[in-house]
Amino acid sequence: MHDISLTVNGQSYERRVESRLLLSDFLRHELGLSGTHVGCEHGVCGACTILFDGQPIRSCLTFAVQANGHSLATVEGLAKSQSELHPLQEAFWEAHGLQCGFCTAGILMTLVPFLQENPDPSENEIREAISGNLCRCTGYQHIVDAVKLAAEKMK
Amino acid sequence: MKPAPFDYAAPASLEAALALKAKHGDDAKFLAGGQSLIPAMNFRLVQAHLLVDLNGLADLDYVRRADDGRLRLGAMVRQRRLERDSAIAGHSPLIHETMPFVAHPQIRNRGTLGGCLAHADPAAELPVIAVALGARFKTQSTRGERWIAAEDFFRGMFNTDLTPEEMLVEVELPRLPPRTGTAFVEFARRRGDYALLGVAAVVTLDEKGVCQQARLVYLNAGDGPVNAKEAAGILRGEKPSAAVIEAASAKAAQAEIAPLGNVHASPEYQRHLARVLGRRVLRQAFDRAGSQGK
Ligand SMILES: Cc1cc2nc3c(=O)[nH]c(=O)nc-3n(C[C@H](O)[C@H](O)[C@H](O)COP(=O)(O)OP(=O)(O)OC[C@H]3O[C@@H](n4cnc5c(N)ncnc54)[C@H](O)[C@@H]3O)c2cc1C
Ligand code: FES
Ligand code: FES
Repeated sequence: MHDISLTVNGQSYERRVESRLLLSDFLRHELGLSGTHVGCEHGVCGACTILFDGQPIRSCLTFAVQANGHSLATVEGLAKSQSELHPLQEAFWEAHGLQCGFCTAGILMTLVPFLQENPDPSENEIREAISGNLCRCTGYQHIVDAVKLAAEKMK
Repeated sequence: MKPAPFDYAAPASLEAALALKAKHGDDAKFLAGGQSLIPAMNFRLVQAHLLVDLNGLADLDYVRRADDGRLRLGAMVRQRRLERDSAIAGHSPLIHETMPFVAHPQIRNRGTLGGCLAHADPAAELPVIAVALGARFKTQSTRGERWIAAEDFFRGMFNTDLTPEEMLVEVELPRLPPRTGTAFVEFARRRGDYALLGVAAVVTLDEKGVCQQARLVYLNAGDGPVNAKEAAGILRGEKPSAAVIEAASAKAAQAEIAPLGNVHASPEYQRHLARVLGRRVLRQAFDRAGSQGK
């Protein structure tokens, strides 16, 4: 067992974890942050994407013990309050960027840093940015529309 | 699926990491980006007694240009940095051009140069690029260090020349001669998937536009990077006409590669791809070499 301390969405946590505990399971089961979804556990689907020191990564391909001393962000940290969504979330809502919502957390966490780096992305750049996230419902078109709308809102 | 239990160590120095590996040998595994190792552990294809995490070794994450024009890359350089670092792009544009084909941005944020090479997947891009560029690898163990040419490093499917106590610590890229052009192309079913087939070319022209040196290296065309030497022989000493390029890529596709086929592509289809992509990559590399001479 290993003692780890880390911050998630700005809040500090200290926990004792087994080496083999995946970061995705740690977030969901130890911290109760079940907004991060788990689809495949081998890096293919992108549902588990979170920010690790600001960079999007697969939380299913990292062990919780490796997050010791690091700063994470999950979808729970995006909205300012219960009543005020992040502009990207709002755009997904307005443009029908989700149906079942299983892929949404991973896609949002992929796109937040993307939009910071590319405030005015082309359609191709958007499609490239979400190429590592599978969505079985939307056909992606409404997701692309939502990202364009979010870029407008965030200007 | 979840990995079987294992012990975990995060050594603070290279020496400590090497000492652990010397003590535990094959029972211990280095954990670099974890982007191949952790999926394999999740599937229980791999079980390790001890993982030696290299992510705390910041001194293995460097990009240095030596005075003689060679570029030295630490094993823990992330794939995302390989994609974006301007010093790497300036020295070896082939790396910059190829990296977007490797997995997805989220995976490249964790995956490392050393991890990808040590993993030695025949469908991976970086081993092919390393062979095409004539890279050398430095390994280290408690017993000392040694250098291996990229070509001699890969020993078949997921197999390398590394001994159980060795770590891959550095990749050295030579400076390419003037009038050298490089290119990479691959064909994959979806963006970020492992390719059905891919090929890198590195060609050098003399002042008269005659090919002096050529390397054509294929991925997913055998049990490791396939260096098509006979095809290179066809190009050497010739002006790169359409006929010569066709002859070289046909030679590689028919006689030099040994594609294994998979659910998405029969070996015959892979040979077809090798011929078409070989032609394309050579044309592009020769064009680039030619435009440098002017
Ligand atoms: C969905 C998905 C798609 C992918 N697509 C591609 C693709 O298209 N092309 C591609 O090339 N790769 C692809 N990959 C693999 C990715 O590039 C991995 O990052 C890479 O193969 C391994 O690098 P790593 O740093 O993650 O190594 P790890 O997974 O940490 O390690 C891999 C192996 O190398 C050993 N090792 C690591 N570092 C060293 C070292 N310095 N010295 C000695 N041994 C070491 C480990 O012990 C382990 O056995 C994909 C991965 C995923 C999950
Ligand atoms: S659950 Fe992590 S990528 Fe699918
Ligand atoms: S909305 Fe259902 S998977 Fe994307």
